[in-house]
Amino acid sequence: MNRKNVRVKIDELKTDVGLFKNLELSIGKVTEEKWAEPMGPTPFPSVTALRNWDMKLLQRYKPFYMPFCDLCCLCTYGKCDLTGNKRGACGIDMAGQQSRIVLLACCIGAATHIGHARHLVEYLIEKYGRNYPLDVGGLNIQVEAPVTRLVCGVKPETLGDLEEVLDYTETQVTHLLSATHTGQEGNNLDFESKAFHAGMVDQVGMEVADIAQIAAYNLPKADPEAPLVDLGCGTINVEKPVILCIGHNVVPSVGIIDYLKANGLDSEIEVCGLCCSAHDATRYYKRAKIVGPISWQLRFIRSGFPDVVVLDEQCIRIDTYDEAQKVKAPVIAASEKNCVGLPNRTNDPPDEIVKDLVSGKTPGVLILDPEKVGEVATKVAVQIAPLRKKFKTLPEIDEIIQKSKGCRQCDDCRRACPQDLHIPEAIKAASQGDLTKLADLYELCIGCGRCEEACPIDLMIHSFIVKAGEKQLKQETYKIRCGRGAIQDVEIRNVGSPIVFGEIPGVVAVVGCANYPKGGEEVAEICKEFANRRFIVVTSGCAAMSAAMTKDDEGKTPYELYTGEFTAGGIVNVGSCVSNAHIAGAAIKIANIFAKRNLRANYEEIADYIHTRVGAVGLAWGAYSQKAASIAAGFWRLGVPVIVGPHGSKYRRMLLGRADKEEDWYVLDARTGEKVYVGPAPEHLFYAAETKEEAMVMIAKLCMRPNDTTKGRAIKLTHYIDLHKRLFGTMPEDIHLFVRTVADIPVTMKDEIIKILEKKKWKETVIPDPTLLPRLVRKRKE
Amino acid sequence: MATAEPWQTAEVPGPKKAFVIAKADVAAKMINKAKRPVLIVGSKAVEIDFGDKKLIDYIIELAKKGKIPVVATAHMVNEFLKRDYKPKGWMPAVDISNRLTDPEWKGLDGKGQYDLALFVGLPYYMEWTILSGLKHFAPNLKTITLDNTYQPHASWSFPNTKVKDWAENLKVIIDNLGGE
Repeated sequence: MNRKNVRVKIDELKTDVGLFKNLELSIGKVTEEKWAEPMGPTPFPSVTALRNWDMKLLQRYKPFYMPFCDLCCLCTYGKCDLTGNKRGACGIDMAGQQSRIVLLACCIGAATHIGHARHLVEYLIEKYGRNYPLDVGGLNIQVEAPVTRLVCGVKPETLGDLEEVLDYTETQVTHLLSATHTGQEGNNLDFESKAFHAGMVDQVGMEVADIAQIAAYNLPKADPEAPLVDLGCGTINVEKPVILCIGHNVVPSVGIIDYLKANGLDSEIEVCGLCCSAHDATRYYKRAKIVGPISWQLRFIRSGFPDVVVLDEQCIRIDTYDEAQKVKAPVIAASEKNCVGLPNRTNDPPDEIVKDLVSGKTPGVLILDPEKVGEVATKVAVQIAPLRKKFKTLPEIDEIIQKSKGCRQCDDCRRACPQDLHIPEAIKAASQGDLTKLADLYELCIGCGRCEEACPIDLMIHSFIVKAGEKQLKQETYKIRCGRGAIQDVEIRNVGSPIVFGEIPGVVAVVGCANYPKGGEEVAEICKEFANRRFIVVTSGCAAMSAAMTKDDEGKTPYELYTGEFTAGGIVNVGSCVSNAHIAGAAIKIANIFAKRNLRANYEEIADYIHTRVGAVGLAWGAYSQKAASIAAGFWRLGVPVIVGPHGSKYRRMLLGRADKEEDWYVLDARTGEKVYVGPAPEHLFYAAETKEEAMVMIAKLCMRPNDTTKGRAIKLTHYIDLHKRLFGTMPEDIHLFVRTVADIPVTMKDEIIKILEKKKWKETVIPDPTLLPRLVRKRKE
Repeated sequence: MATAEPWQTAEVPGPKKAFVIAKADVAAKMINKAKRPVLIVGSKAVEIDFGDKKLIDYIIELAKKGKIPVVATAHMVNEFLKRDYKPKGWMPAVDISNRLTDPEWKGLDGKGQYDLALFVGLPYYMEWTILSGLKHFAPNLKTITLDNTYQPHASWSFPNTKVKDWAENLKVIIDNLGGE
């Protein structure tokens, strides 16, 4: 039992002690202890509770700051020039300022997920009650909510139990945000430690959001065979009325789907989505369709496909309302976080709202009632579809050719393009009737539209690209396994040993947004490469969608070709952004279920375990958002390295190890207390790769851990060397840093490697029972 | 038109901006003057085609003529090896840059930190952030970009220059390197 605000009022109470009148007893919470596991050292950790752990990581992985702005303009003393690490008026230096911005980004990201979780939990409690059980995997999951258990030391069993968890996360984010005020924190490493804390509470918030929706909406419950659903513009039947939902909160989509089902309209209307709402809609309703990642927003709307656009929260283009108006599609804003300046019609009768939207009297409304959103969106779609006739703003080919003739070749579009795409050349070719160069840009374009903003003669360049690539757009028909949610305990039991001993060479989490340097195809290629190498590949968010957007010769997509089981060779879509918590949860459960380490409020020990033993790596190849920053921060604190694409360098700081500094790579052998050199494994904690090839080699390298058995290390080295040879054309130069004993050397490469080791004056070392925590040493050296 | 504005319009710098290299032979002189230069070559070096040769081919020539050690970033080592040139080192761009901020680093040859880092061929925005890191945290290092786009965080940068002129600039630098 877990109740908030229990109040007992007694008008009159006669006891042996005396007579009490108007006795009122108020209890904040009643806790009935059902969890036998002893409480660990850090329940509901404060901002500084894990600071020592953070500093251990930050000593090894020192920040390398790459300021994205030389100034600070946060207070009225400023602007202050911090060039060359000068101090500003408040005394902050450049390192402090950069780490402060990192913390701010992580706070924004964490607040976004936590705010989402709070809304979701409040709504679901109102709908299903506080006692609604949190079933996220039936009998297959005994350790549900591993992140919450680990961080908070509580074991939530009902929706109501999640409230105190969210109370905690909200308090922490408030404290963290307050630290960024002028004249509070100023030390860069303390800012970094706080950013880790933000990432950790973000992971809790994500877990709360996802387990609440999995339980209440009966989304796939840790199901490796979650249904295959449609993805891509070409899968959407545009002959039907189309409702498009954009954002990261499934509640309004559920309102729509429930209304369709209740009124027998589910086969009459297409419900599709962009970004994570689309993931979650398909988890709820397998006839829902995913248009694609975030970068498909403009191209889908301008193609005229949606008849109604429903906006919830997060990662929505701010100009969606304007874009939708241009294609005569009414907009329904459904989140108080994103009101779009629209009139609040929540309390108006649905038919009145429908009439106003269909007639065009009002092009958009705010409705903060998901059921009403469902009814209004459906009725508007049905009524407006025959009127709109899929009105689009894409130009015809002739128009592109004609308008391109006016191009001055000023380069402003290219200089505005984050990808530095060769737009002027493509426009020049278009002006001569050749649209192939524009079509070539379709795959590379991230759909930001900055080219159009920059064009001095107002060419609709993005629309030109989409029109030129229209054939590709319409042929986008893929299958994705919808988000399965958590990983089953039995799956962890099966893979725990081979992961920890290194025989499964690694877990690669391909996550994040779609700000890719060279299109989403690279993501699919990376996923397939590592699944073929018998790594476990886990996906989520926009990256999970990009992983689906490729086909083999027989027309099969990766999710059809690879198992959805959390096992070697699987490509496992856990779901939306908030489902990222299950990836952390899987690593945590390896420590708990396989290694039998106590989970409850035992963060430092579990993170130490994961960092030294679980060969997991995150890859956010197209990371763009503050949420991606906080998600990464959650993994940093667990000691899991994260790779981002080249655009990720704009996060302005890396956490880089120095392989050349031998003193940085010692651990304690928990058996003896001896300090043992283990090599740079893993070498970095956060790092931006320049190319896909570099990222692939680094993924294999960052999967090595001090705990690998000789067999495991030989397998991991095989992959590292093989990829290095194939993509870099040569043997790695640092191989001697990863060979601990001769038995680590892959048999097929023995002669070659022995020669290198001799040249490098390599010395054999021991394989320890590794830890960074002196308190975990079982026997101290005399 | 050669202008000293950041190539990506919004990538504006702070108060301290790169000096503009108005003549390529000036760049050669600065390289010649350096005691320990290093040349960092990114992935675009193989994508940029001047017609007769690719950027990487000019860079190899330049490195050989100036006897400048090369660090290949990304997967570029492969491209160098294909051209029978072994770079002195290869590592991620952020790794070499991080080392350049460490006064104690012994360099690729164990002889000490570098005093001049030449950058070429990284994605514009990545080079921008990296050069920013070096501007702020490597006070004893001078940086020159050999790209044809203005990099405001370098110590010295060419202005935004047409590809044809870029090739000419590289030829001038190569011609004027060494000589002692």
